Amino acid sequence: MAAFIARRLIQTVILILLLSFASYWMMGLMPGDPLDVACQANPHCTPENLEQMKKNLGLDQPIHVRYFQWLGDLMRGDLGYSRTYRLPVTEILGPRLVNTLYLSGISLLLSLIIAIPLGVYTSLRQNSKIDYTLNMFAFAGISVPSFWLALMLIITFAVKLNWLPASGTETIGGDGMMNSFEIALDRIRYLILPVTTLSLLTIASWVRYTRAKMLETMRNDYIRTARAKGLSESRVIYRHGLRNALIPVVTVVALGFSGLFSGAVITETVFAYQGAGKLIFDSIFANDYNVAMCSFIVTSLCVMLMNLVADVLYAYLDPRISYH
Amino acid sequence: MSTTEKPLSPHGIPAAQETPPADIHAHKSMFQLAIGQLMEHRMAVVSLVVICFFVLVALGANLIANSLGIDPEAQDILNRYGPWSAEHWLGTDEVGRDVFVRLIFGTRISLMVAFVVAIASTMIGIAVGALAGYYGGVVDMLLMRLTDSLLALPTIPILIIVASIDPARVPFLDTVSAENVSIVKMIFVLMIFSWMVQARLVRGEVLAIKEQEYVLAAKTSGMNGMQIILKELIPNVITPVIVSVTLGIGSSILFEAALSFLGLGIQPPTPSWGNMLNNAQEIVYSAPLLAVIPGLLILIITMSFNFLGDGLQDALDPKAIRR
Repeated sequence: MAAFIARRLIQTVILILLLSFASYWMMGLMPGDPLDVACQANPHCTPENLEQMKKNLGLDQPIHVRYFQWLGDLMRGDLGYSRTYRLPVTEILGPRLVNTLYLSGISLLLSLIIAIPLGVYTSLRQNSKIDYTLNMFAFAGISVPSFWLALMLIITFAVKLNWLPASGTETIGGDGMMNSFEIALDRIRYLILPVTTLSLLTIASWVRYTRAKMLETMRNDYIRTARAKGLSESRVIYRHGLRNALIPVVTVVALGFSGLFSGAVITETVFAYQGAGKLIFDSIFANDYNVAMCSFIVTSLCVMLMNLVADVLYAYLDPRISYH
Repeated sequence: MSTTEKPLSPHGIPAAQETPPADIHAHKSMFQLAIGQLMEHRMAVVSLVVICFFVLVALGANLIANSLGIDPEAQDILNRYGPWSAEHWLGTDEVGRDVFVRLIFGTRISLMVAFVVAIASTMIGIAVGALAGYYGGVVDMLLMRLTDSLLALPTIPILIIVASIDPARVPFLDTVSAENVSIVKMIFVLMIFSWMVQARLVRGEVLAIKEQEYVLAAKTSGMNGMQIILKELIPNVITPVIVSVTLGIGSSILFEAALSFLGLGIQPPTPSWGNMLNNAQEIVYSAPLLAVIPGLLILIITMSFNFLGDGLQDALDPKAIRR
């Protein structure tokens, strides 16, 4: 077990290094060069100045040299400065990550509470009207573009009904007159629509998955044995059926968390929610490479670690799976 | 056969019965069985009709636009956000272009991108999966490491980064005409990140069937590895792949729409369902209907592909066939 985890951790580290190099290289292929832009804005800037500036900043070096310099700085804890915010990257990224964690964490919990009971319920009433109806909703949920669902929620609840704010993270300039309870309430008002968007999509796929796994499990011989032994139906369903059906569901839930983290990029962008995903998007558009690199790498690391947790959990819960 | 005497093989062992045992379905081929099964899946049939309709619309886009006499890229600044009328069936957008005709051309672009991506990525997936599964060893390890690594990446952030690359700085893409470059780029970007599921699927199937007798027979008859993969293995894994292509088209439509919505996909003036929603955030107050329709089409077509995939899965899975 320990060897399995160690091997997977090493793989994750190697993958992160490769990924960071690939994205470092790709950032260089993006349109717009901050120095060129700065030079064009300044009438006194000659091509010689530009070359000198690039030399001073080490930008004339080949890409791998620059990458290892960047990596060295990163290892020493120096994530660099943001060009647009004029702040160290750590100061920007930290709060953004916390915001994303709120958003995906709450969505994850909400999806769990709703999806698994619904999945079990529909599997027990297979082919009933309610099963068909929920199945239709589940299909709609896995097929709907998340950004469009977000827009529809905004049109309905923010524009037409005017119940909730259309976008943002918190009321700007409201800090002074609010106590901590009001602040929390304010944050929640801004979280409702993004959380709904993310949860609806996750719930749809989890309901389908739980239902399928539950149906599959209930066809096993040990369920027939349990029934033959004369166990009560509820004991057969919950003790023998659900417990076994939940094993693969646990993996999907752990994977779902990483999915929520990466899916949050679009939701955060539509709702202008100040999370890490929106930071990646904004910094790429603003040529703010330090921020883009760091937020992308940190997000990827979170996602990969959750994938690792999923694998370990799966192997731990199901004795039939070997670690090799 | 009326006789009780069974034909004997040269070794005196009764030969296998030539005709299959009398079965009510004996006259039906596997294909007919599958079609029959699919027809029982009501939503899949409806979906197939919907998909055919959209494909026809996409193919006939020029015809429809010509008969209406409207150019999808013609702007009319004096008629911004025009209402629904006899001339502009679904009104006009923020620069006065006809929404209905743009939707039709958007259908063409979105479907084309999705089909090309799904088919191309399936080919990559089959190639990788079959090579890894058949040869095993180092080939398998390397290819599967690559597959797993790509699967572990956070899809949306990485798509955003790759899609933001300036095509002019990529050696091959700078030769494509400016008009189509965003389409070609979009196809490449989505293709690179959507073959992995197919590869794993094909590898699993190949591992299961490569020990079968007919593969051994092919080997002893002198076929080499490539011939066995092409003639024996791939035809036998195609069934599960069909399902995943169908589902793949659905997800490609969603990814294309999301990236185009973010402004990183298909570039205007070429319409796609995603980029028609590009400025939707600004118009939710002034013209919310413009934000509703393209998304509704994306939802309908993606749902159709998902239902069809579901139906095909039931129909093509021999274990699920109800006799």
